[in-house]
Amino acid sequence: MAAKTIISRPIYGTLSPQPGRHHLFIADAEGALAITDMAGKAPSGFFDGAEIDFIPGPENRHLAALEALKPAQLHVAPSFASLLPRLKQTLTNAHMGLRLYLAGTEGLIGQAMQVALEAGMDHTSMQTEHRGSLARRMQCVHCKGITENVTTQPALCAHCGLLLLVRDHYSRRLAAFQGVCINAEDRSENPPMEEAFP
Amino acid sequence: MSTGTTKLDVVVSDVVPVNDLVTRFHFRRRDGELLPTFSGGAHVVVEMRDSDRTRLNPYSLMGSPLDTREYTISVRRDDVGRGGSLFMHRQVKPGLEMVISYPVNLFSLDLRAKKHLMLAGGIGITPFMAQTSQLAAAGGNFELHYTCRTASLGTYADVLQQRYGSRVKLYHDDREERIDLDRLLSSQPLGTHLYVCGPAGMINWVRDRAAALGWPSETVHFEHFAAPQPGAPFDVTLAVSGKTIRVGEQQSLLEAMEAAGVDPPYLCRGGVCGQCETNVISSDGKFIHNDHWLSEEDHRSGCKIMPCVSRFDGKSLVLER
Amino acid sequence: MGITFRKETFRDDYTFRNSPEHIRRFPFPFNEDAYMYAVNIEPHVVGPKGSVLENLIDVDEHYVAEMQDRALVLAEDPLRCQSLPHMTLAGWDLLELLMEQQALGYPEHFTLERDGDRWRWINRPLGIDDTFTFGDTSTLPYGPMEYITRQSQGDFCILDQRDGNLWMDAGMVTTQADWSLDFDIGMNFFEWHAPVPLAHEKGIFTRALKFLTNIQQGKPARRLNWTMTINPRLDTSPENYHKWGPDRATVTPENVGEKVHLRVELQSFWRLPRSNAIVFPIRCYLIKMDELVTQPKWARRLHRVIRDLPEELATYKGLTRYRPTLVEWLSKLDDGSPTSPGFGPD
Ligand code: HEM
Ligand code: FES
Repeated sequence: MAAKTIISRPIYGTLSPQPGRHHLFIADAEGALAITDMAGKAPSGFFDGAEIDFIPGPENRHLAALEALKPAQLHVAPSFASLLPRLKQTLTNAHMGLRLYLAGTEGLIGQAMQVALEAGMDHTSMQTEHRGSLARRMQCVHCKGITENVTTQPALCAHCGLLLLVRDHYSRRLAAFQGVCINAEDRSENPPMEEAFP
Repeated sequence: MSTGTTKLDVVVSDVVPVNDLVTRFHFRRRDGELLPTFSGGAHVVVEMRDSDRTRLNPYSLMGSPLDTREYTISVRRDDVGRGGSLFMHRQVKPGLEMVISYPVNLFSLDLRAKKHLMLAGGIGITPFMAQTSQLAAAGGNFELHYTCRTASLGTYADVLQQRYGSRVKLYHDDREERIDLDRLLSSQPLGTHLYVCGPAGMINWVRDRAAALGWPSETVHFEHFAAPQPGAPFDVTLAVSGKTIRVGEQQSLLEAMEAAGVDPPYLCRGGVCGQCETNVISSDGKFIHNDHWLSEEDHRSGCKIMPCVSRFDGKSLVLER
Repeated sequence: MGITFRKETFRDDYTFRNSPEHIRRFPFPFNEDAYMYAVNIEPHVVGPKGSVLENLIDVDEHYVAEMQDRALVLAEDPLRCQSLPHMTLAGWDLLELLMEQQALGYPEHFTLERDGDRWRWINRPLGIDDTFTFGDTSTLPYGPMEYITRQSQGDFCILDQRDGNLWMDAGMVTTQADWSLDFDIGMNFFEWHAPVPLAHEKGIFTRALKFLTNIQQGKPARRLNWTMTINPRLDTSPENYHKWGPDRATVTPENVGEKVHLRVELQSFWRLPRSNAIVFPIRCYLIKMDELVTQPKWARRLHRVIRDLPEELATYKGLTRYRPTLVEWLSKLDDGSPTSPGFGPD
C-alpha cells in the first residue's frame, strides 16, 4: 500500500465535547475507550443529556466503563444492523442542537455517518475517533457489491470474484473504499494478497 | 469593480415610497428584453454616477425570481452613511438610465434543508422576500421571524402575512415583543437551516446563541456584503514600454495598461491563473493585493503584483512592462 | 445547410472517424513542447469560425452517434446518471442553458419556443418534438437533467456551492476518463480530485476552487484536459475497466496509428441562475494518431510531450504499458525542428 494517503481518505480526530444539550454517541468495541477518555474533558452534567448506543462485539468488554458515565440512556446492540432501526427513529425525532459522536472501527463510523447524512446532518459537524481494527468496507466499482471487513491488499470481491486493488479513495455516501480490478489489463498477472489492514 | 460581473443597462421604471424610511426602485432592461434569472438571496451592484464620482452599492433583489421582467430593490435612507442611499432617495427618478451588475448570490438557500428558518431585522427583510417567493413556488418548508421597530416601519410585513399567513411571525420593538430565540432554536427539526439578515448586532446575537445551542456552523447562514468599492485612481510607470499611465477608479491596472497599448498576458482576469504576474521595479506606497495567486510572502515583499485585480496607493510605482 | 451527422460506433467494430474538417478543428491541447498541470483557466468566449469554440456549446458530426452510445451505456448501467434530491432546480437551469445554446448555435437542427412556462423543444437530428411545462417534472419523460443531457454531447457534472466549496451532487457521466460518478457523487472539490497526483501539492486545486466559486452568471470559463485511449471508446469508466483495460496491452508498432487516440476534454464552467449551482460540461474529443499526424507540427510536439511526460502523470493517465511503443512510433515523425508557439497546426 502506498505510504502516502490521499485527500478523500477520511481523517479521524479525537472526540471532544461540543456545545449543545443533546449528545448521541455510537461506538463499537474499543470505541468505548474513546468515549471514556473524552469524559474527562466534559463539563459536569454533560452525560445527563447523552445517549450511548454501544455494540460491544465478540469480546464483550468496556460496558461497565460506559455505565459508570451514567448517560441518560445506554443501549447495547448486538450488531450495527440491529441498531439501525432505532438509530433512524432517534434521528427522525431529533431537534437541531443534537451532536453526534462516532467512535470505533472505520466500518461503524462510516455506516453511522451515512445514516446521519441522510437525516440532514453535515459530516463536518460530527465528531469521530478511530479505535480498533483497520479493516475496510469496500465497494467493488464493477459489480457495486460491498465487501465487509477487508484486511488484505489486493482483496477478492465477495460478489463478482474479481481481484481488487483496495484504493484510499473513499465515499462517505457509500461508507466504503473503492475496489478496482488490479489485473484488468493482463489477467495472467496475479499479485499476492498481503495483510494490509489488520 | 471592472473585473467580475457583466453589466446590465437598465432604466428606472418605477419609484415607490414604502414608508418613512424605505423606498422601492424598479428596473427594466433598456432594450426591452427579460432580465437574467436569479436565485433568492442574490444582490445586484447599483452604479451611482453622482457628478464626478461613482458609488457602487449592493442591494438584495426582492422580487420573485420567477418574474424577470423587472428587478426590484428596497433602499433604506441612511442619513449618516456613505451617501449611496441618499443619492437613491433624492436623485433617482423614473426614466433615469442606470447601470447595474448581473445578480450575484452570496446568501443562497441550502436546498438540502428539510426546513428553512429565517430571521430578519428591519431592512434585512429584502433577501427573504425573494427567498420566500422561490420556496413557496417549489412547495418548500419555511418559517420567517421578522423584527421591526414599529408596525409602520415593518416594511412589507403586511404583504408577507397576506402571502404566507402563520408562517410569518412579527415582533415589534415598540410593543416590547421579543423573539424567544433559545426556545425557537431548540425546537427545530434536525436538518433545519438558519438564515439571518439584519443589523450586525442581531446577526452576532443569533450566531452566538445558535452555536451555544449546538447548531453546527454549516447550518447557520448570514448575509455579508463584500461590497465592491471603486478604487482610488493611481499612477504607474511602465519601464519597458516607457509609458506613464493613470489607472482610473473604474479600471483595473490591467485594463489601464491595455488602454495604453501595452498587452500583458492574461487568462482569468480574476487573480488566480497567474498569467498576468508582473514584477515591480520600485515602489513608494502601499499595495492593495486582491489576488489569490501570489503567496503571502510575495505580497509582503512588494516585488510582484497581479494587475488584473490588485491596486496601489502611494507616491510612485514602476513596473517591468 | 447544417452538419452531416456520421453513422459510426464507439464500441465493438469502432467505426468512429473524423472528417478532414474535424481533424483541422481538433482542440489540440499543447501550446508548447512540454506538459505539466497548471491552473489553465480562461474566459469561455466565442472563438474563430470553424473551431470548436465557434459556439460555446459545440455540436459536431459525431452528435447522433454519441447520443446513441450514451443511450446504450444508460441501458446497461442507470447509475451513470444521478441527481441528489436537492438538485432538481439546477437540472432545470441546465435544461434551459443547453436548449438555449444549442438552438442559438444550430438553428437548423434545434428550435426552442417559449411562451411563459410552456416550452416547445424541437431536436431534428434525434427526431424529438416535445412540449412541456418548464419547472414541472411530470411533463417530461425523464428528470430535466437526464432529459437534456441525453440530447447533448459530453458529460455533465452539476456542483452545488456551499461553505466555500463545490459538491458534486448531480451528473450525467457516460464518456469519462476512468472515474466513477456513482462513487464520487456527494464529494467536494478536493475529495473527488484526491486521486490526481502532484496537482494538490502545487496548490492548483486551492487556486482553481477560489476561481470557480467566484464564477459569475453570464461569464463562463473553460480549460482543456487530456489523456489517451486505446480504440475510440467513449465509455472508459472504472465500472467497465475490466472490459476495456485489456486493450492497453494490444498496442503494437503496426497498429499505433489506428488504435491509439488522443482524448481531449474541453471543460467549461457556468454559474446557473436559479440554483446558484455550477455546471461543468466535459466535452470529449477523440482523434487517432493517423489522423493527428496529418498535421506535422502536432506530430512533432506530441512526440516531445509524451516522451518527457513526468512518470506520475503517465501512470495516472494509464499510459505506462504502451508509452515506449507510442514514443518510438512518433519519434519517426519528429525531425527535431522547432515548433511554432500556440495550439493550432502550421
Ligand atoms: C468543478 C469542476 C470540476 C470537476 C467536476 C472536475 C472533475 C474531475 C474528476 C472527476 C477528475 C478525475 C479524478 C480521478 O482520477 O478520480 C478530475 C481530474 C483532474 N482535474 Fe478536475 N474537475 C473540475 C475542475 C478542475 C479544475 C478547475 C482544474 C484545474 C485548474 C482541474 C484539474 C484536474 C486535473 C489536473 C485532473 C487530472 C487529469 C488528468 O491528468 O487526466 N479540475 N477532475
Ligand atoms: S489574469 Fe489571471 S491572475 Fe491575472
